[in-house]
Amino acid sequence: MMRTSDDILPVVGLEIHVELATATKLFCRCRNTFGDPPNTHVCPVCIGLPGALPVMNRRAVELSMKVGLALDCKVADYTKWDRKNYYYPDLPKNYQISQYDLPLAADGRLEIPLSDGSTHVVRVLRAHLEEDAGKNIHAAAAHTGVDLNRSCVPLLEIVSEPDMHSVEQVLGYARAMHRLVRWLGASEANMQMGQMRFEPNVNLRIKRGDVEFRTPIAEIKNLNSFRALERTVAFEIDRQYAAWLEDPEGFSIDKLGKQNRGYDDDREQTVFQREKEEAHDYRYFPDPDLAPVVMDKSWRDSVAAEIGELPLARWKRYTEDYSLSPEEADALTQDPETGDILDEAVDTGADARRGVNLLLGRGAALANERGCAIAAVGVTGGQLGELVKMQDAGEVNATAAARIFDILTETDQSPREVAEREGLLAVSDSNQIEQWVEQVIEASPQAVEDATGGGKKQKGAFGFLTGQVMQLSKGAAQPQEVQQILRQKLGL
Amino acid sequence: MAKQIDIDLVRHVGKLSRIELTDEQVRTFSRQLGEIIGYFDKLRELDTDNVEPMAHAVELTNVFAEDAPGESLTPEAALSNAPDRRDDMFQVPRIIGTGS
Amino acid sequence: MTDITELSAVELRDAITAGDISAVAAAEAYLEAIDRIDPRLHAYNEVHRDRAMERASDIDRRLSAGERPGPLAGVPVALKDNLCTAYGRTTCSSAILADYRSPFTATAVRKLEDAGAIVLGKTNLDEFAMGSTTETSATGPTLNPWDTGRVPGGSSGGSAAAVSAGICAAALGSDTGGSIRQPAAFCGVVGFRPTYGRVSRYGVVTYGSSLDQVGPLARDVSDCALLTAAISGHDPADSTSVPADVPDYPATVDTPLENLKIGVVREFLSDSLDADIRQAIDSAAETYASLGAEVREVSLPYSAIDRDDEGNISSHAVACYYIVAMAEASSNLARFDGVHFGHRTAERVRDIVELYSRTRAEGFGDEVKRRVMLGTYTLSAGYYDAYYNKAMKVRRLIHRDFERAFETVDVLLGPVAPTVAYRLGEKADNPLQMYLGDIYTISVNLAGLPGLSIPGGVSKAGLPLGIQLIGPVFSEQTLLRAGHMFEQASGIRRLRPDLAGT
Repeated sequence: MMRTSDDILPVVGLEIHVELATATKLFCRCRNTFGDPPNTHVCPVCIGLPGALPVMNRRAVELSMKVGLALDCKVADYTKWDRKNYYYPDLPKNYQISQYDLPLAADGRLEIPLSDGSTHVVRVLRAHLEEDAGKNIHAAAAHTGVDLNRSCVPLLEIVSEPDMHSVEQVLGYARAMHRLVRWLGASEANMQMGQMRFEPNVNLRIKRGDVEFRTPIAEIKNLNSFRALERTVAFEIDRQYAAWLEDPEGFSIDKLGKQNRGYDDDREQTVFQREKEEAHDYRYFPDPDLAPVVMDKSWRDSVAAEIGELPLARWKRYTEDYSLSPEEADALTQDPETGDILDEAVDTGADARRGVNLLLGRGAALANERGCAIAAVGVTGGQLGELVKMQDAGEVNATAAARIFDILTETDQSPREVAEREGLLAVSDSNQIEQWVEQVIEASPQAVEDATGGGKKQKGAFGFLTGQVMQLSKGAAQPQEVQQILRQKLGL
Repeated sequence: MAKQIDIDLVRHVGKLSRIELTDEQVRTFSRQLGEIIGYFDKLRELDTDNVEPMAHAVELTNVFAEDAPGESLTPEAALSNAPDRRDDMFQVPRIIGTGS
Repeated sequence: MTDITELSAVELRDAITAGDISAVAAAEAYLEAIDRIDPRLHAYNEVHRDRAMERASDIDRRLSAGERPGPLAGVPVALKDNLCTAYGRTTCSSAILADYRSPFTATAVRKLEDAGAIVLGKTNLDEFAMGSTTETSATGPTLNPWDTGRVPGGSSGGSAAAVSAGICAAALGSDTGGSIRQPAAFCGVVGFRPTYGRVSRYGVVTYGSSLDQVGPLARDVSDCALLTAAISGHDPADSTSVPADVPDYPATVDTPLENLKIGVVREFLSDSLDADIRQAIDSAAETYASLGAEVREVSLPYSAIDRDDEGNISSHAVACYYIVAMAEASSNLARFDGVHFGHRTAERVRDIVELYSRTRAEGFGDEVKRRVMLGTYTLSAGYYDAYYNKAMKVRRLIHRDFERAFETVDVLLGPVAPTVAYRLGEKADNPLQMYLGDIYTISVNLAGLPGLSIPGGVSKAGLPLGIQLIGPVFSEQTLLRAGHMFEQASGIRRLRPDLAGT
């Protein structure tokens, strides 16, 4: 594809739907769970039976406020519920209870870390709460089955401004949002379970010479993974540029406006979706069955008090205060708990660098083996702090520290107790080390000759002798000390 | 006050309302609905510029339930009125495309 | 021996509680009366014979065990067929729900049964409560017991006719724009629409969410107080239900009010009002004056009735009401689509849209179609501000009118309907004329107020005349006491039609 003479700026906005981690649904007290047999968590309200009425879930509103506050949004003093009217079998009332002109939160921002260590700000237009639809299951050829377990589950729709200009930024924003809602406990955001879904809006601003062209906006519905999001946006950028090259005047936002497209997973491309003529006439009006919500300052403050340090703030603190690389800071801010362990260790006076090495070394390896988060391997901040300090003081060496870290995942004992029990405390008794050194010198005359001969074998032979001593000490000796005594004895 | 509303508008509203209309119904409704809408237009006489809309008869706020699970129906009870069902699901002719 | 069906609900409850009459005997007497009389009226859609008898013997068993089964112990009642019951069918007199069986019972019904009432069955209504004559019912019209050539009013026409004809001791109805008060007036019984939020709407098949309210139809005001007390109270399942204490209406209903200030609504006494009804209101005002009440004229400008040069009448309140009611209805009735419950077209369909459209075309009658389409229209793109939003603003103005009026008076007095009961078919072809018949009742719904409809006499032609008392929000106790004062002083109570001629 020829791009050389054109300056292309992708413009992407993202709608993210997040199912909230409440115990019950938004407007009824059926359980909000995933994966159970069809229609086992349904009641008159979420089936939309005649005479049933909605009652809103306080927790769902609070979790939404929490996300809104974390996104620096203005949380509304007053919000209300509106009905969005459209017919579909997974929407049993044939209207969705949503928020139209007074969203719960608006005008926020999410700053996202980029791989080069810089950040990018994406503005958040609004976040509003609504009920999810059920599921249409196309099992048989001629029929569709409807399962309403998901009907009425609380869904937070977060709409960004079109502030993303590359696939990396889109993914960065999506991942940061994923991390944030999990961080806040607002959602499990499990993609396989459809708890987080994406709808990107993509178009291009193309500059050729002094003329700027804008391609029609494509809105791609219902993407269920980061991978699909990445491929969709990348595909759309290429597709729109190719379409524009063919017809620069015709393929324009002024002529074609906005189009709905669907993502075809098998072909890994987006396809045009025809809409019904009346599709956008949703006939919103205030839901007369539900009372408005007033979120006064004291309520907002009490929800805000539940929010601790946010992932990006922590990421910045780690890169700046602890001098961690962007990748390390990223790995430590996957969830609040991992960083909490590190911070707690540092609070005891331990060195951050050594703590990070243990957490991202043995911690990450064990987490990987066990398929869990680093924080879940079972080492506390207190244990980590003590271990790091022992290492600093030369009481254990790096190898022993790694060993102790592994053992700590299975016990509540202190690192010192473990080190003692396992005989992993560093031996700094120089008499003992001297004995071992002498033993090794006696047993390895050839290596001694090489090590003292000054030839090209010298370095290797010295290393061999050191290793032999370390082996005798079962790893408990400090290598520096061993080498010092060895040099002394060999007259080097 | 009696005015007809356009036949096409009646058909459009019929579609939006998901009600199939016969040609005769379209004609009758275009007359009747026109008359009633003409009557609704009477409200245009009133100055309501600084009036707050009233959506509820009694204006309550913050009516919540706590997030504690209650009773659901059994699938059998949930599906007991379904016109067509299979494998504990409501069944409809195969649908394609998106909502609305 | 006394005819059990002649007793009021209070009298019957007392007799059953005292052991003078068994609940089984009461149920049998009413079921027998239904068999004898209802074929001529079609007040009932369905009679729950076996269940009523079982429940009655249960009441008797509890009484003989020394229990107190409640303030409605053994009183046989009827329910408008838009109140969900987990027994029998709940049809709303619509083909689309012809075989619908609700898995749950409406809160108001449950409370009534918890108070000991025996449900006899479900009564006829205008389809989905959309109408003022009960003629839009898919099961056929109910006839007025006073003159079977006339309608019983609507939409709670079946309940009103059943109370009037003595084939239930009392009944529940629902009132969206006058649907309890107007049929009560047409049938010569007492009908009460409580304040919006006083009675739970949970389990009432919704027509206009912000307007609907459940209430009783009864033979006299004391019975009305008894039923109102039983069904009132906060329900956490209805977000619009008001968490406020319920006064003991029956205990105070016969205590006259002192220093009562009554306002006669000037705008309601226009020349479009039937002369007999005008007369009934004047004499009611005189009755109250004779009881020491102060009667004065008040004004509700936004509820005024205009008449143009050609004699066409119109009212802002009626336009406002129908916009709000139809918009809400268009959305509330969207769920009747043949997917999860109810009728589904038996024809082969191309796709889901055709399934919806044909199902609804087959399942809904013309009046429901008109209202759903009009509501859809007023909410649709480009029209929302001109109609729905405008109506919500006018609603505020109507509400303010009432607030101002209640600064100077306790209760408003006016007509219920502009005429006596219509002849069958009289309004059927002219929907707008039918809507205008609601002119005196709809403002109350828009403002969320309680309204009591009581008989104010009988016309020269022998038909009941209704008068209406309207109070501020949560003034049920005042209205019931005021109504009772009038009953006692005027002697106009427990009017009974001569059923021999029907």
